[in-house]
Amino acid sequence: MASSLEIKNLHVSIGDKEIVKGLSLTVKTGEVHAIMGPNGTGKSTLSKAIAGHPDYTITSGDVLIDGKSILGIEPDERARAGLFLAFQYPAEIPGVSIANFIRAALQAKMGEGEELDATAYYKKLYQKMDMLQIDRKFTSRAVNDGFSGGEKKRCEILQMAMLEPRFAMMDETDSGLDIDALRIVSDGVNQLKGDALGVIMITHYQRLLNYIVPDHVHVMWDGRIVKSGDKSLALELEAKGYEWVKKELIKA
Amino acid sequence: MSTSTNLVTSVGAFSAEAFALALESHKGLPSWWLERKEAAYKQFTSLAYPSATDESWRFSTRSGFKLDGFLATNSPATTAAKDIGLPGKPALTFVNNSLTESNPVDQALTQKGLVVSTLKQALKTHSEVLKAHFMAQDQRLGSAKFAALHTAFINDGAFIYVPKGMELKTPITIVHSASGANTAVFPHTLVITEENAQVSVIDYFVSDSTSAHFCCGANDLYAGHGSKLNYVGLQNWSTLDLCLQMNSTVVKRDARAQSLNLHLGGHQARHESLSQLQAPGAFSEMLALTIASGEREFDQRTLQIHQAPNTKSDLLYKNVLQDKARTIFSGLIVVDQDAQKTDAYQSNRNLMLSDSAEANSLPGLEIQANDVRCTHGATTSRVDPEELFYLQARCIPEAKAHELLVFGFFEEVLNRLEDDELHAALRTIIQSNFN
Repeated sequence: MASSLEIKNLHVSIGDKEIVKGLSLTVKTGEVHAIMGPNGTGKSTLSKAIAGHPDYTITSGDVLIDGKSILGIEPDERARAGLFLAFQYPAEIPGVSIANFIRAALQAKMGEGEELDATAYYKKLYQKMDMLQIDRKFTSRAVNDGFSGGEKKRCEILQMAMLEPRFAMMDETDSGLDIDALRIVSDGVNQLKGDALGVIMITHYQRLLNYIVPDHVHVMWDGRIVKSGDKSLALELEAKGYEWVKKELIKA
Repeated sequence: MSTSTNLVTSVGAFSAEAFALALESHKGLPSWWLERKEAAYKQFTSLAYPSATDESWRFSTRSGFKLDGFLATNSPATTAAKDIGLPGKPALTFVNNSLTESNPVDQALTQKGLVVSTLKQALKTHSEVLKAHFMAQDQRLGSAKFAALHTAFINDGAFIYVPKGMELKTPITIVHSASGANTAVFPHTLVITEENAQVSVIDYFVSDSTSAHFCCGANDLYAGHGSKLNYVGLQNWSTLDLCLQMNSTVVKRDARAQSLNLHLGGHQARHESLSQLQAPGAFSEMLALTIASGEREFDQRTLQIHQAPNTKSDLLYKNVLQDKARTIFSGLIVVDQDAQKTDAYQSNRNLMLSDSAEANSLPGLEIQANDVRCTHGATTSRVDPEELFYLQARCIPEAKAHELLVFGFFEEVLNRLEDDELHAALRTIIQSNFN
């Protein structure tokens, strides 16, 4: 049975400023949703608030996984419930190697008393690194420390591949990528896609959607979804520009 | 200020009578040694205690540096050295200033000239070498009085001499321990690497945790031309102890010295480290990690002196502060007039895990040459909430995430070690001290 991530009439503020103003969206595993919109419209705020970032306050509404609200629980518990945020700007963690970091993450995901099998872990890690064309030397490098933009994004997808979430929110995963890196990252995501994974792709360019084809496209404006459609909506948006949204879609 | 008046005059139990007794026990050792001790005792009594205007004691709790109550005579050892969690067996173990145990080093190497012995033994076999190197550098970091006390009262220590071209693969570990209430110890390790020699030496300092001790130690490191000298000082004295450790490192042409000092113990612990780059190509890497907790104080004073062109020094001192702990870092880079093309780096980073802790940082530069590259800086920060969130977003609970970030902070220093086994051992020791 498919799992669902339900966002219900969500309102999010940073300080006193409301950024997300009543957004609803349901994503089922097996589906890829794209949220498009210009900068400053609340896309990143939406994903960070759902992941549980302490700077964002959810003032009303709810987020549920399989009917169970995740708003009362800590960010790590949300992650263990199957949520994954691929960051637009991943933090650099000096002194913590990628191998140890992902290992700690997987260990945390497991139940009390369960031990990670080190051999199987490295086998899987290397396999996923090969898929994303990440040099194996990176296992001993500190997480994102001194990485290029493309390396950081690939490292995010690597973590996603290892953690096998049910729902992934990918925040501007295409930004800062050259065409080769974009292809590698997209191929990676396409391999992870399937019945067990629901994806929310946040982007303001249609470019990424040539590589990862969405089932649904939503246009976000001023904290709300103002139009939804299939992948043709992305093309229409690309052709007409965000001015079109402003003129046509914002009706009182 | 009656307390400070008291301090100026007090020699504690280190009286002329106590000194005479100590000297008596060294009868028969070379006359230069006895003379030097006598001169040192005079110096100790004539030098004033650090005063309020003494820049090299700025921010220090000077009133904590009292000798009163500590014993000048050695009480017998009551505890044996336990497993210290380092690879291999210690070559020499000292308890209360006397050798209690030794494990012979590879005979094939000693036949080729390697010496790992006590200072007392070396005074008989290598008197001239000792005379040239024992406490031979000026005390420029504020503790001349205590250095004199050290020389006057030192009973024994470790002497390591690595002959020309010899490369030792496994580290040599020396254990210095203090036991019994109010014991004063004067640990000393002297290391010399001759041309192109290579060695790693670990000093491990430990004391019983039930009473206070005064630990007044020193080490002399001398890296001859083209040699490589790695030193680790693992300071794990009891948290009740008053500790002072004075380091002097001399680096010659194309030689490389690396020191890592790990400060875990002491109620009040001061560390002074002096590196002198004396010939072209010399490189000194100075590293330190401190875990400051409770109401303890860690005071670190460093001096990097570039005396020749094309020399390099790289200092990285990291402190983690918890509770109401205090740290002081005061570092100075001095570049002499003809030390052109100097490359000097100095960085002090403090990670605050508590709002009540206090980190003081005083970085400094004194440059006489005009073609140099000198960088220094100090940062004080908390655990970055964005980093914490990132780890939590990857399933890791907050407490564990916190721990990973703190260990990551240490790891940046430990990564500088070439010896993976030692790296792992130190990591384990740090983790067990931190939790």
